[in-house]
Amino acid sequence: MTTFLELLVNGISIGAVYALIALGFVVIFKATEVVNFAHASLLLAGGYLVARLHPLVGFWPALLLGVSAAAVVAALIEFLIIRRANVGSHSVLAIVTIGVDIVLTTELTRQIGTEVLAVGDPWADSVVRVGGITVAETRIVALVTASLLIGAFLLAFKYTGWGVAMRATAEDAETAALMGIRLGRVSLGAWAVAGGLAAVAAVFLCVFPTPGLDRSTSLAAIKAFPAAILGGLDSTTGALVGGLIVGVTEALMSGYQNDLAFLGRGIGDVAPFLVMIVILLIRPAGLFGTKEPARV
Amino acid sequence: MPVTRLTDLTVGDLAVSYGPVRALGGLSLRVPAGSIVAVLGANGAGKTTLLRAVSGTLRFHRGVSRGVIEFGGARLSGLSASAVVARGIVQVPEGRRVFARMTVEENLRAGGLGRPRKAARLARDRVHELFPVLRERAGQRAGLLSGGEQQMLAIGRALMAEPAALLLDEPTLGLAPLVAAKIAETIREINALGTSVLLVEQNVAMALSLASYAYVLEVGEVALEGPAGELAASDEVRRRYLGVADAVEGRLATRTLPRWSA
Ligand SMILES: Nc1ncnc2c1ncn2[C@@H]1O[C@H](COP(=O)(O)OP(=O)(O)OP(=O)(O)O)[C@@H](O)[C@H]1O
Ligand SMILES: [Mg+2]
Repeated sequence: MTTFLELLVNGISIGAVYALIALGFVVIFKATEVVNFAHASLLLAGGYLVARLHPLVGFWPALLLGVSAAAVVAALIEFLIIRRANVGSHSVLAIVTIGVDIVLTTELTRQIGTEVLAVGDPWADSVVRVGGITVAETRIVALVTASLLIGAFLLAFKYTGWGVAMRATAEDAETAALMGIRLGRVSLGAWAVAGGLAAVAAVFLCVFPTPGLDRSTSLAAIKAFPAAILGGLDSTTGALVGGLIVGVTEALMSGYQNDLAFLGRGIGDVAPFLVMIVILLIRPAGLFGTKEPARV
Repeated sequence: MPVTRLTDLTVGDLAVSYGPVRALGGLSLRVPAGSIVAVLGANGAGKTTLLRAVSGTLRFHRGVSRGVIEFGGARLSGLSASAVVARGIVQVPEGRRVFARMTVEENLRAGGLGRPRKAARLARDRVHELFPVLRERAGQRAGLLSGGEQQMLAIGRALMAEPAALLLDEPTLGLAPLVAAKIAETIREINALGTSVLLVEQNVAMALSLASYAYVLEVGEVALEGPAGELAASDEVRRRYLGVADAVEGRLATRTLPRWSA
């Protein structure tokens, strides 16, 4: 039972981090109908900057810089590539983002080499014991931070002018433009927010018990894709629920993998994708989605 | 709405094509400041295309235009849709196109995003005065409104920007006669407060009763134009568009009638 609770808490915590990534992914899709396959590389870029900068300026300034830089890089991708790529179909743009991802990831992997970079977080490997279960402090911080960010995002989405413009554009871009909403700005804002969220997620993917940031970090980020897709690509609620489902599934499957040996080793890594496939077979638009990602 | 900028809208020799499809071929018209001008024509005549060209949304349809569109002497051609709105021209699109998943209040807010908070609030109060039902339904999803209420919302949303010129694309389409009459009355009120109106309609009788001047489009060109009163009295218009003696003039009348009498 203790093991189960520990696994569950860890799963929810990592799920909240996946939700951050998936949320950015969904925001971009809602604002521009582009499936952003460059998301993992944005995350890697943000994490890389934090890892490189923290010895120089300390963790918190490094975090701030990393998040801002990831937001700027994302905005630049939108401004220099996506906006200018004069192609009619969103599938083509999705392929363009694959190109961007390959370029960015290759360069970052080259920079990282074989190193494992610490992100320099203040929580290190401390653990908290509550009622018999032991949880890493980093997991609790991740859960709290992700929840706060998601909460702030949802409030902004619901109540600010930015949120109204985003939702109007997501629903009907042409009419939003007719109302004077600047689609370019909406799109730029969506990319920047997604980049920033991805950078925060990067830090929490690299803290204890993970040894640090290395070239495989972007692979961890790829688990947020099934989270976004199973929740429904155009649903923010879906991103949150999807993130949690993926996180918890992964934690439980990895935790009990000895009992699940008949399914093969490493079931924790593939489980999110299996869950996604099962859900999509039952609900092609995802749990909360309205549009089937047919054009992907 | 208060009188903002008194300016004429002019369209000169406007040609638009969507790929191989030529939708407008050299069309010229003028909406004098403060007037109501009607544009009539059967399905596919190019009415919506004209409004898209003015509003700068042809690019959403891969349409290409040539010609001059000016508002108060400043060129609109080539501007983005939001820049056209910023210059005081706002469109209520065909089919209302309210943001169905957003509330009535949020729809109105979306129409006034380009303005300072205080100005937007005042504009909203005026819209509520014009359409009290939008205040009653403020928190309701726009998709759940009736057709007439959605049209009121679409017009109210456009008025949030306090336009100097309002472009209306078939505002009475699919509405019951009483509701259509209410919309017509509102258009008159909006105009009385100083907003110029370019009214696209298939409801010819209604449009001619509101407008001071009217153009009749046929396959992308102006087939007929003149003061609304004269057009309403002309035998040709009565025969072809008002459904009088439609047995003889079969072609256009039957194409127009099903929609204008609906
Ligand atoms: N997005 C588009 N792509 C290609 N052709 C189009 C497009 N929109 C309109 N057309 C064509 O352009 C011509 C004019 O269409 P438009 O919609 O402007 O007519 P309309 O007068 O508004 O008709 P309706 O009364 O049915 O709304 C038609 O031949 C139509 O088929
Ligand atoms: Mg039309």
